[in-house]
Amino acid sequence: MFEWVTAIFTSLPLAVQTMTLIILKIVAISLPLMLCVAYLTYAERKIIGYMQVRLGPNRVGPKGWLQPIADAVKLMFKEIIVPTGSNKYLFLISPVLSIAPALAAWAVIPFSDGMALANINAGLLYLLAVTSVGVYGVIIAGWASNSKYALLGAMRSAAQIVAYEIAMGFALVGVLMAAGSLNLGDIVRAQSGSVIHWFWLPLLPLFIIYFISGVAETNRAPFDVAEGESEIVAGFHVEYSGMAFAVFFLAEYANMILIAALTSIMFLGGWLSPLQGILPEYIFTIPVLGAMLGGGMHWLLIKISFILFHFLWLRATFPRYRYDQIMRLGWKVFIPITIVWLLVIGLMVLGRVGPWWNAA
Amino acid sequence: MGIEKFVFYFFALVMVASATMVITVRNPVQAALFLVLTFFSSAIIWMILEAEFLAIALVLVYVGAVMVLFLFVVMMLDINIARLREGFIRYLPFGAVIAVVMAGMLISMVGSKNFGLAKFAEPVRHVANYNNTRELGLVLYTKYVYPFEIAAVILLVAIVAAIALTLRRRPTTKYQKPEEQIAVKRDDRVRLVSMNAEQKK
Repeated sequence: MFEWVTAIFTSLPLAVQTMTLIILKIVAISLPLMLCVAYLTYAERKIIGYMQVRLGPNRVGPKGWLQPIADAVKLMFKEIIVPTGSNKYLFLISPVLSIAPALAAWAVIPFSDGMALANINAGLLYLLAVTSVGVYGVIIAGWASNSKYALLGAMRSAAQIVAYEIAMGFALVGVLMAAGSLNLGDIVRAQSGSVIHWFWLPLLPLFIIYFISGVAETNRAPFDVAEGESEIVAGFHVEYSGMAFAVFFLAEYANMILIAALTSIMFLGGWLSPLQGILPEYIFTIPVLGAMLGGGMHWLLIKISFILFHFLWLRATFPRYRYDQIMRLGWKVFIPITIVWLLVIGLMVLGRVGPWWNAA
Repeated sequence: MGIEKFVFYFFALVMVASATMVITVRNPVQAALFLVLTFFSSAIIWMILEAEFLAIALVLVYVGAVMVLFLFVVMMLDINIARLREGFIRYLPFGAVIAVVMAGMLISMVGSKNFGLAKFAEPVRHVANYNNTRELGLVLYTKYVYPFEIAAVILLVAIVAAIALTLRRRPTTKYQKPEEQIAVKRDDRVRLVSMNAEQKK
């Protein structure tokens, strides 16, 4: 059946073949990602519901499974209202500017050994650069809306994102010092061995700081002062409705999944199996069982889900931070800790401290 | 080769157009956003030159941090554009002369006469797994280590000076001290007083 497909494919010019392959890969990443975003909203409402002894959504479809679909349809059919006195082009372009980096960052994520859309050398730098562009969506949305609340939300968010990006960048510097590479695949390979070999243990302060800064970067509770509904209505996206609002929503959740994926790649061993080093090697050569217990994409997905659960748990548990305390935590607590820990890592790498660096 | 040329000309056009918009557009926020676009397209042109570390650093530092703070300030200001435009015609001849002289100097210097293939050999294409970041680091920490460290110290001094200039403690201002707020005990705030119940006569 596939013969005529391959026949057509090989008859195309080489440039078109590469383009088709790349586009197919992009679809294969972004389509499941969008589906994950939809069901992450459902998971969030269910999990927080159970944590607060409620049921959560349970009316649309069996056990409420169709709730995200219903939400999407509702948002799609709503009217997009452009406020008077707003800058129309910037108003409409800012949701795009906030979702584009959230999707573009997925290009370098290695899902399994060698399974990445772009296996580039400067992968970590690319991620830092692309995620730092995401703040423009928020700032432009706040400014173009021509609304006081939106502008205040954008200002808060800009200050917060810039503050936490520095701590996040320093945490990544620690990872690249430990792995000796900027390539995400190499970073995961440097952690192979066993659960102890993963970087969460030698980089424990950076791991915690990276996760908390990730929560702050995505403007999630308890750092969601950018949309603090009790103070500034809904922050930067007050004036947005319908699909334009939904795109901001998609970007926030896609960013959450991205931060979870990055945390699991850089600190929790990515696609590596936690059973590696515990079970004897011959088990991983058994046909089906070995593939399940050995390293692979499923372990990365399990780790991502584990971290996403913590995102939701944080939201259900903690009250919102006061703004000056957010700034204090970012500038005066996280950045000094990361700088001190960079020195510690440097000494550990120089001293060949085992079991992480004695082989090098 | 075709797609590379297309990418170059496309982003070169975007860069020149947005750089022109930076100085002609009326709204300061829009001007700052066009400057972001200019940085972004120049980063892509650097990427074609195989300078991926510099290209990504440009996006990371200028687009991700500097321009965000710039926008932050520009949005807060209420700039009166009419007053800025005053005297535009009056200064135009002087400005035009400077612009023409600058353009002439640039063209005479950066033309193919001085930087053509006759003066510089065509750079060789590197293989696919050429690591630009590693090469840059090797040169920076061996051959140019003293200039690099001196530049780092100058930057550090600048940071310390900037903080020292803006930091002023006024004794009348009251600050919150979160560490004291967290360490507070019940006895610091509440005093239990035992007293006799009031007697009704």
